[in-house]
Amino acid sequence: MSSNKKYWKSVEELKENSPVVEALQQNEFVEEIPTDEFLGDKESLESSKTSRRDFLKFVGFSTAAASLAACEGPVVKSIPYVVQPERIVPGVANYYATTMADGFDFSSVLVKTREGRPIKIENNALNGISTGAGARVHASVLSLYDNNRVMRPMIKGEPASWADLDAEVLQGLRNVSGDIVLLTQTFASPSTTKLIKEFSDKYGNVRHITYDAVSEDAGLNAFEAKYGYRALANYDFTEAKTIVSVGADFLGDWQGGGYSPGYAKSRIPKNGKMSKHIQFESNMTLSGASADQRIKATPSQQKAVLAAIYGYIVGGSSTSNLPAKLDDAVVKAVRQLRKGGSKSAVVSGIPEDDAQALVLEINETLGSSLMDTENGKMTRQGNAKAVQQLVKDMNAGSIGALLVAGVNPAYSLPNANEFVEGMKNVDLSVAFSMKEDETAKLCDYVAATPHYLESWGDVQFTKNTFGLMQPTIRPLFDTRQFQDTILTWTENKATYYEYLKDTWSNASIGFDWNSAVHDGVFEGKSPVNVDTTGIAGGSAAGAAGRLAQAEPANGKFELVLYTKTALGDGKQANNPWLQELPDPITRTTWDNYITISKPDADRLGLENPIVSNGAMNGNYVNLKLDDKTISNIPVIIQPGQAEGSIGLALGYGQKEAIQEEMQVGVNAYPIYKDFKAFQNVSLEKAAGEHEFACTQLQSTMVGRDDIVRETTLEIFNTKDREHWNHIPKVGYNHVETPVGVPGKTDIWESFDDTVGHHFNLSIDLNACTGCGACVIACHSENNVPVVGKDEVRKFRDMHWLRIDRYYSSADTFEQEKEDLENLGAFETFTDVETASYDNPEVAFQPVMCQHCNHAPCETVCPVAATSHGRQGQNQMAYNRCVGTRYCANNCPYKVRRFNWFLYNKNDEFDYNMNNDLGRMVLNPDVVVRSRGVMEKCSMCIQKTQKTILDAKREGRVIKDGEFQTACSQACDTGAIVFGDVNDKDSEVLKLKENNRMYHMLGNLGTKPNVMYQVKVKNTTEV
Amino acid sequence: MKKVTNRHSISRTLLLAVVLLFSIFNSAYAQEGEGDSSQTEIPADAEEDSEGGSDVQGDVAAGKDLFNSNCAACHKLYKRSTGPALHGITDKYDKQWLYDWIHDSQAMVQAGDPDAVAIFEEFNKVPMPPYPQFSEEDIDNILAYVEQPKPEPKAPASAEAGGADKASGGGGGVSTEVILGVLSFVLLLLVVILFLVNKTLTRFAKASGVELPEKKKEKRTPIWKAFAQNQFLVIVVSIVFLLGAAYFAYGYLMQVGVDQGYEPVQPIHYSHKIHAGDNGIDCKYCHSSARVSKHSGIPSLNVCMNCHKSISEVAPETATEEYSKEFYDAEIAKLYDAVGWDVETQSYTGEEKPVKWVRIHNLPDFAYFNHSQHVSVAGIACQNCHGPVEEMEVMRQYAPLTMGWCIECHRETNVKMEGNKYYEKIHEQLSKKYGVEQLTAAQMGALECGKCHY
Repeated sequence: MSSNKKYWKSVEELKENSPVVEALQQNEFVEEIPTDEFLGDKESLESSKTSRRDFLKFVGFSTAAASLAACEGPVVKSIPYVVQPERIVPGVANYYATTMADGFDFSSVLVKTREGRPIKIENNALNGISTGAGARVHASVLSLYDNNRVMRPMIKGEPASWADLDAEVLQGLRNVSGDIVLLTQTFASPSTTKLIKEFSDKYGNVRHITYDAVSEDAGLNAFEAKYGYRALANYDFTEAKTIVSVGADFLGDWQGGGYSPGYAKSRIPKNGKMSKHIQFESNMTLSGASADQRIKATPSQQKAVLAAIYGYIVGGSSTSNLPAKLDDAVVKAVRQLRKGGSKSAVVSGIPEDDAQALVLEINETLGSSLMDTENGKMTRQGNAKAVQQLVKDMNAGSIGALLVAGVNPAYSLPNANEFVEGMKNVDLSVAFSMKEDETAKLCDYVAATPHYLESWGDVQFTKNTFGLMQPTIRPLFDTRQFQDTILTWTENKATYYEYLKDTWSNASIGFDWNSAVHDGVFEGKSPVNVDTTGIAGGSAAGAAGRLAQAEPANGKFELVLYTKTALGDGKQANNPWLQELPDPITRTTWDNYITISKPDADRLGLENPIVSNGAMNGNYVNLKLDDKTISNIPVIIQPGQAEGSIGLALGYGQKEAIQEEMQVGVNAYPIYKDFKAFQNVSLEKAAGEHEFACTQLQSTMVGRDDIVRETTLEIFNTKDREHWNHIPKVGYNHVETPVGVPGKTDIWESFDDTVGHHFNLSIDLNACTGCGACVIACHSENNVPVVGKDEVRKFRDMHWLRIDRYYSSADTFEQEKEDLENLGAFETFTDVETASYDNPEVAFQPVMCQHCNHAPCETVCPVAATSHGRQGQNQMAYNRCVGTRYCANNCPYKVRRFNWFLYNKNDEFDYNMNNDLGRMVLNPDVVVRSRGVMEKCSMCIQKTQKTILDAKREGRVIKDGEFQTACSQACDTGAIVFGDVNDKDSEVLKLKENNRMYHMLGNLGTKPNVMYQVKVKNTTEV
Repeated sequence: MKKVTNRHSISRTLLLAVVLLFSIFNSAYAQEGEGDSSQTEIPADAEEDSEGGSDVQGDVAAGKDLFNSNCAACHKLYKRSTGPALHGITDKYDKQWLYDWIHDSQAMVQAGDPDAVAIFEEFNKVPMPPYPQFSEEDIDNILAYVEQPKPEPKAPASAEAGGADKASGGGGGVSTEVILGVLSFVLLLLVVILFLVNKTLTRFAKASGVELPEKKKEKRTPIWKAFAQNQFLVIVVSIVFLLGAAYFAYGYLMQVGVDQGYEPVQPIHYSHKIHAGDNGIDCKYCHSSARVSKHSGIPSLNVCMNCHKSISEVAPETATEEYSKEFYDAEIAKLYDAVGWDVETQSYTGEEKPVKWVRIHNLPDFAYFNHSQHVSVAGIACQNCHGPVEEMEVMRQYAPLTMGWCIECHRETNVKMEGNKYYEKIHEQLSKKYGVEQLTAAQMGALECGKCHY
């Protein structure tokens, strides 16, 4: 039954007899391309200045010129080092462990450098301490080569020297009247904390305020009240049996993220068991998409749900005030929690101290071993109250000096305008910034700071887990890191490196500095004592009552502000890789937008029409909160959005120090009132239509099914494989025969794939959370170009690896089964789709070239530019390709990408490949493709070849796990596994022989080398 | 009367020719002489001169041997190096002091001998190794050698005299050219004479009234017209012409982008012949990254300085007819300039000027080539692809570096698998499959597009 589910990718597909969908199943475009209109139009042809003869002249001339130019090779200069650093061998990559800590993303990473240039970020899996690394972490290497960075210190907008800046600021600090305030990002750095304390001691009247643009204040407050130190509860879902999330997107950026590796481990069925995940939420999030059961609940309902769970588990009540349907879901969730016992946990994203206190209380009562409060998470330290007080004080004129480090309050504060006003009353203002952003523009002094790949530092991930940051390149510009500057201003002669080393050597915690720098992460105790309130054991009494009384917003929409996978809080908004990364849920690039439910959209008359070339448009709305209005926000109708709620992403709409192409979206921070993600707002439709660059209808598999396979845990455990993961069969001599039986249902001559290596890639649909890390890793490994919003809209994105998102129809398989059985044959199709519209299930499916052993693309290439390798890779020789695009046409998976334009050194595509700085990120082992050639996933042949060569040179056998592709390496959930199936001990061989294994569109008999593992959902009720 | 004038004219021409002939011979010899005089004399007969010149008694030849094997690494005769210049050393220090110093310099420094301390300080506290094995006689011999008078470069004037002698015994190559020149001149002269004789005889005949047979002019079709009328011939010729044109066009196009023989002038004249050939330095000493990397790597200048710190000039024997010693020494000076090495103080100044070498082997970006695969794994000699580098004074591209050339080698070359654990399994599988013991690179899959193009 499983594979009979109907999958759909857009709202349009659900409309009965939609001409658009039918057309798209047959054609590449919905409408005919109006060539006749142009060519048949005599007037426009005559008005053209270029005659046919001119055209021929141009062709002749350019051919002659090109061939003349080709005759003489250019003189190429090679400049070796004068004194070559010992560790650098040209052509050999070096790896350094370091830590990303930009205030929003904290992750221990491995940096690949070539000839001294960092070119790729990889997961640091060395020490077994997983900190998770999503798309933004992988893309951060490109932010190092950002053209819009501040290149030198500035005084009042003019470039200056560090000596001048130091002298003037020191003068200012000595003569300051009023408080000195340090407003910083969360550094979570023991050494920095110590340093700031020394700075305070020197100047006396110093206040240090930590500010997180996207606040976790509620969670921090609740935790601090209960456990006596400011941190967040740390969760490890590896052993989880039941996870109930009330509005927490813990696979996304909730409380700093990084929970997906553990979660994914619990999701893979082992001995017939896997975790059960129930999600109550309003926006469709990554967590909701992965959940076994997703219950739509508006923010006010979420509060009530949490209060009810608290009531059932802690309070011992047997009823709640919830509506019957919701109460039923809550009761079932509570049963699951009880069943899971200490292996279950509740998490919540409700931005209320009360709610967070309840969560801690519930988990304590459950005795949850998943929650760790001893070893709290330190990567969020922001204090919303202090920030609000600061803005008041600034306006009152009591702040003498403001030093802003790593944050951009003039952009990201809800009351940014008050902050801007307040700045006028501050005598001395210094911005420590990588960009001349909104805040830096307001400050007298800009102390240019380096990127984290150019800095030293330490990071306290959790109370006992630390990471070290080390420079991987010499500073590109005349920058000095925040800590070094503070050291100078404390008149300490030491460099921060010495200071850092000193901090840790004094700690006498018994570890070797060099090995700690080498590993990047270690466990220990902080050498710096942080002031704690020490008061623990705050009570949650009354909290449940207050929460349960939350009123639904009458006549208004309940807005949930969220952060997108690509941009997060917006620190890396000038990063074209991230801008072009499709949102996992909406598959939209280069935008933020309001997500709204279908009934609400109908009520407001909002639509998402598909235009002639298959691209999507959207209406605009104006959003109003109190006296604030944000105009012209585009709208996307989001299946699964809770009725009465809307979603909007933070981090967009920046205007300063950001390239024009990337000034997209609207700034939602002004309505982030009191740092609360839940707001009640009103909407009204505005005029105009927005053009989305959405990859949604693109790459449709022309109506073929058998793409995603799903089943339930119950069926998986009880029925045999044929039932839930059948081998596709076709008729041969009127007998059902499995696809691919040589001589019968196989017309191909097989390659001998038993000799040497044969590479396979397995993707576990159960473990894939859609985080997008693999997509970015692929970009940086393979020099994939960025094409820009307009081109994405024309479906000309160059992504070698895309993560398809499929919605499926019913709430549960059981229900769907019943529905289908009760309905007449012809009604089935439409009914199942429409009925389930409002709360679809979601499946993510990463799709790259499937490297078919019987590849349809290879046979149609007229110049044999694409051919098959014995190691299973479908190879693409760019220099041979003449660009007929037959291969893309014949590819059933639609994974081939055509270079419609020259994307490097071309002002029309002014992204990283168009400037010297941005090109430094290119991988020298992979060629940069030119216009007019086809390209696609190579299964990272450069990496497999390198692994083989290293083994040959060392004269040894290759161990399993050595072969990696960029995507398999980036995947911290373990969903993507790569290896050699001719190696009998390999993990990938075990996966190939796994019952869950299937090939996408297996009925075509293409015999791909990429395989998928059937998605199993745990729908078991207690 | 007329006849007389004619005869005269011939003899006059002959005379002129003879004069011309001599003048050519003269100029040829003159050049020879000039060419020689530009070279300086090598101090070949220095030994005899030293007899009276020096006050140090000893065997110069034995001293030279001892000096070259023991001292030359750090000392030069007339220039400072790691240690001081040794010429004139006996004037500065007395003999006993020198014996002591050479036997154990550090002892003297520690004993606090002021001269010893001064020189130890002056040369960056680099201790001179003790030579207790030297007898006083040995030291005398060395001192005798170093105290020979400095040979002056011989003045060009002295060369002039010898110039003529050398020219008389001149090289055979030059004389054949001269002989050929003379022969061709004589032939030319004969043609002229024949023409003149013919003219004179005709005139005689006219004057004597002899009737010369007139040439009959027949009406014949011109050859081009005949050709144009013969269609068969036209077709054959045009086919041949077209084929020929196509052949040459193809040949021309196939060499576009092939830079075989490319021999650019480099910013520093680096002679592979001297380094890899004469001195037998292993290629991978300088191109060390070829062992582990895809690039062979142009050596960084600090690699040059490993040796050139103490080699600031070439030996006189290194100079060739084409490149003089001064030329080579100037090139080494360029290296010092680039790397920021001050010869006077024997220290780095820190002023570095990276050298912009002209790249000779330019593979296109879309072709991936890995040196370590070929050098370390396959153990192929560098010369297989780069040619007799050890004989190249100026480096040039030896191989065409075309894809056909790569493929050819991959088809024919057997992969070196012995003793490499990586190959054990695949060798077993493939040798069974192909029924051979030795496998070529092609059989290993080295002809697949994706192995080099990605």
